Amino acid sequence: MLPGPLPGLVLTWQIDGLSAFFALVILSISAVTGIYALGNGRHHASFPGSGGLYLLFVFAMLGVVVAGDAFTFLIAWETMSLVSFALVLTEHRREEVRRAAWVYLVMTHTATAFIVSAFLLLARGSGSLVFAEWTAHASASDAGIASVIFVLGLVGFGTKAGMIPLHIWLPQAHPVAPAHVSALMSGVMIKLGIYGLLRLSFDWLAPGPAWWGALILGLGAASAVLGVLYALMEHDLKRLLAYHSVENIGIILLGVGAAVMARALGLGAIVALALSAALFHVANHATFKALLFMGAGAIDSAVGTRDLERLGGLVRRMPFTALSFLVGSAAISALPPLNGFASEWLTFQSLLQLGRLADEPQTALLPLLAGGALALTGALAVACFVKAFGVSFLALPRSTQAAAAREVGALELIPMATLALLCIALGLAAVPVVTAIGSLVPAAMLPHDGPALGLAAPAGGRLVLPGIALALPTFGALALLLPRLLGPVRARVAETWACGIALQPVHEYTAMAFAKPIRLMFRDIVRPVRDIGVVHRSGTRFVASVHYRSHIAPIFERYVYEALTDRLVAMARVVRTLQNGSLQTYLAYLFAALLVALVLAR
Amino acid sequence: MSEAVTAAGLAFLQLAVFLALAPGVNGLIKQIKALLQGRRGPPLLQPYFDIFKLLRKDSVVSDHASAVFRWAPAVYAAAFATAALLLPVLWIPAPLAGWGDALALVGLFALARFALALAGLDTGSAFGGMGSSREVAVAALAEPAILLALFAVAWRSGGTDLSGMSAWLQTHGAAALAPSQLLAAGALVIAVIAETGRVPADNPDTHLELTMIHEGMLLEYSGRPLGILMWASLLKQTVLFALLIALFFPFGLASSAAELPLALAVLVLKLGALGLMMSLVESSSAKLRILKVPELLGAASALALLALVAEVVVG
Repeated sequence: MLPGPLPGLVLTWQIDGLSAFFALVILSISAVTGIYALGNGRHHASFPGSGGLYLLFVFAMLGVVVAGDAFTFLIAWETMSLVSFALVLTEHRREEVRRAAWVYLVMTHTATAFIVSAFLLLARGSGSLVFAEWTAHASASDAGIASVIFVLGLVGFGTKAGMIPLHIWLPQAHPVAPAHVSALMSGVMIKLGIYGLLRLSFDWLAPGPAWWGALILGLGAASAVLGVLYALMEHDLKRLLAYHSVENIGIILLGVGAAVMARALGLGAIVALALSAALFHVANHATFKALLFMGAGAIDSAVGTRDLERLGGLVRRMPFTALSFLVGSAAISALPPLNGFASEWLTFQSLLQLGRLADEPQTALLPLLAGGALALTGALAVACFVKAFGVSFLALPRSTQAAAAREVGALELIPMATLALLCIALGLAAVPVVTAIGSLVPAAMLPHDGPALGLAAPAGGRLVLPGIALALPTFGALALLLPRLLGPVRARVAETWACGIALQPVHEYTAMAFAKPIRLMFRDIVRPVRDIGVVHRSGTRFVASVHYRSHIAPIFERYVYEALTDRLVAMARVVRTLQNGSLQTYLAYLFAALLVALVLAR
Repeated sequence: MSEAVTAAGLAFLQLAVFLALAPGVNGLIKQIKALLQGRRGPPLLQPYFDIFKLLRKDSVVSDHASAVFRWAPAVYAAAFATAALLLPVLWIPAPLAGWGDALALVGLFALARFALALAGLDTGSAFGGMGSSREVAVAALAEPAILLALFAVAWRSGGTDLSGMSAWLQTHGAAALAPSQLLAAGALVIAVIAETGRVPADNPDTHLELTMIHEGMLLEYSGRPLGILMWASLLKQTVLFALLIALFFPFGLASSAAELPLALAVLVLKLGALGLMMSLVESSSAKLRILKVPELLGAASALALLALVAEVVVG
């Protein structure tokens, strides 16, 4: 307990394994993005003190994970939200930036309202604001109240995490912020929603009914599949990455949901497996998402646009950025032997084992279905990053700015290369890392008779990524070298075949065309809207120009949020008749209120 | 030390068997198709001649191509070579059984797809982009079907270890013949048809730009790199057939060195039987429009889902 900054205000701190793990993620990623900010920040119209705000942001995130009571937690949480709101507003002269920041502010405060409600209920049950007291009183609380607390907390923390359908702020706020801020928000800040959810469901509440886990699993599967589908429909590189954060939060939630469900069913071994899957994916996603956002920032500053349709050919102009971005793309697409594959492997295993060991058919089927959703997500993520990397870095540049792009400086390249190496290292060292994560998780969360954590599933199935990482280059080298025994061959350089004419950038496949088969296959979900306009030359039937636009209907914004805001506006209108702006009316209200007060006080 | 050498030797033996059989399986399928269509097909050994010739030919590389285009064939081949060693088809456990399971196999397939789809985009050719775009879309639907089918089989044997699945089936024999396993086999067969680029999902014999998927990505390749890619995609086909064999018919495997020739002969017979089945499917169905392929793969996912439900509810 430390004396607070104000008299009478006492801030308590606590550090256990879970806090330390999240603190490690926060500090290591923010150190790397901080160096990147030194190089890339000069491309953004910054304001005095933005560097200090950046540090305050990191400090506030750290405060969230080491807070020991509800009051301290909320102070840190609100500081984090407000400072990140200010950082999103860095380029506040643009209308879209102000709008996105506003959406973020509203969403994050709605989330805080839910969290405060959950905290007040928890405090009422235990008679204290200190987290340790909540843990001590967890088993004494009423089951109905516990469920209410759980749902309130899930909504609050889920909004911060970017869980569907509470994700709408994320694809708006992340693209408009400077790259180092979006890297930190997408890579680290949204994970604190996961931190809160873990504390809530494992520390502050006793094991609940199985539907808690089922609810998280369902929301996780929806976030994963819809997140990647929306990402595929995007042509703005940073928005695409923001939707991938929704997807990866979904994958993490699948692990969390499996753990919560296993805890409810009393399956200790699965709790350990699923929790380590979720936490490992937290670290992995922080690594490759920060890397990819920094890569997008490098492209943005070198080309001046994030629109995929105006990029292309950057692999020759920015080879080092391209290599780092390629590693990040492969890692987020869960390709072996990188880190994303290791944590998705653990998630698959926990879902399968949970399905096998659950008694009831309905509880058994849900994790297995979530596994199917995860497979769909993985395959769509491969499609999305073939698009993102292929269209921006390969083939011919699609604009003069892309053709004139130059490689970014060392202050940007070194952070990207560091995280790219970390993606490889976390994959190869998956076993020691997962073992370390397993020992970090507080003992109260893990059953003592759980198996030693490692990349071996309880009932068979092993993954030795260093082995695969050894086999792949060996066989790749053999495939290239063995044919040389047949004698030397030459490689002649010539033009790409474009049916007899010289290849132009307009002949290339665009990002929109690339995603078209998937857009059509999932048209019932993404609802594409097509808009074709043909302009004729005046007085003739000759076509002067054709314009084609395709976009997808914003389902959640339209049917959930617009409906909600319309209600609110309608209610505000009713209230407005009371607030008519006339002094006499207000005096009449005062008089009436005074009368009522006197009558009541009599 | 000598054990490690033996293990490595056995691994290279299995890889050599796969590489040697892969073109033959395709030659056989072409022969049977020709027979069914009443024409005289190319010789059985034609795929070997093609690959051998391509491997000795000079290549033409696009001047827009980057390192991705140069390295993609190696990654593609390496992914399937590694996958081939995860499958127990000659003896149990598979050579690299301790390194990866069924999920690793799916991951290696994704790695190969990622490399080749990027190479398709690399030259700037619209045909390559078209092939890549369709390949990743079709695979996005095939992968859930494959995974759910694998889950349905893993449910029985306990885990995702491929050698464990085969061993479980071997010890339980006919008792393993459950409706759920038949449904899972059906789902996996459909997914394999799509993944090997066969009718009705894709046409392996066409270079017509409107219909091709896999061939579109290879269009800019020539000479030795094309030979490597061609051999590797035949290896992919054989690996997928071997997956079906390992999951649903793991009988006649060797348990000692003396039984290896017999196990090899049995493997050739099994691959031949699958080849016969594939050529019957190809000859008796028409290629689907690309937008109808999701319905086929949706049916595969539905079958796999039914397999899981049958497994969980009936037990």
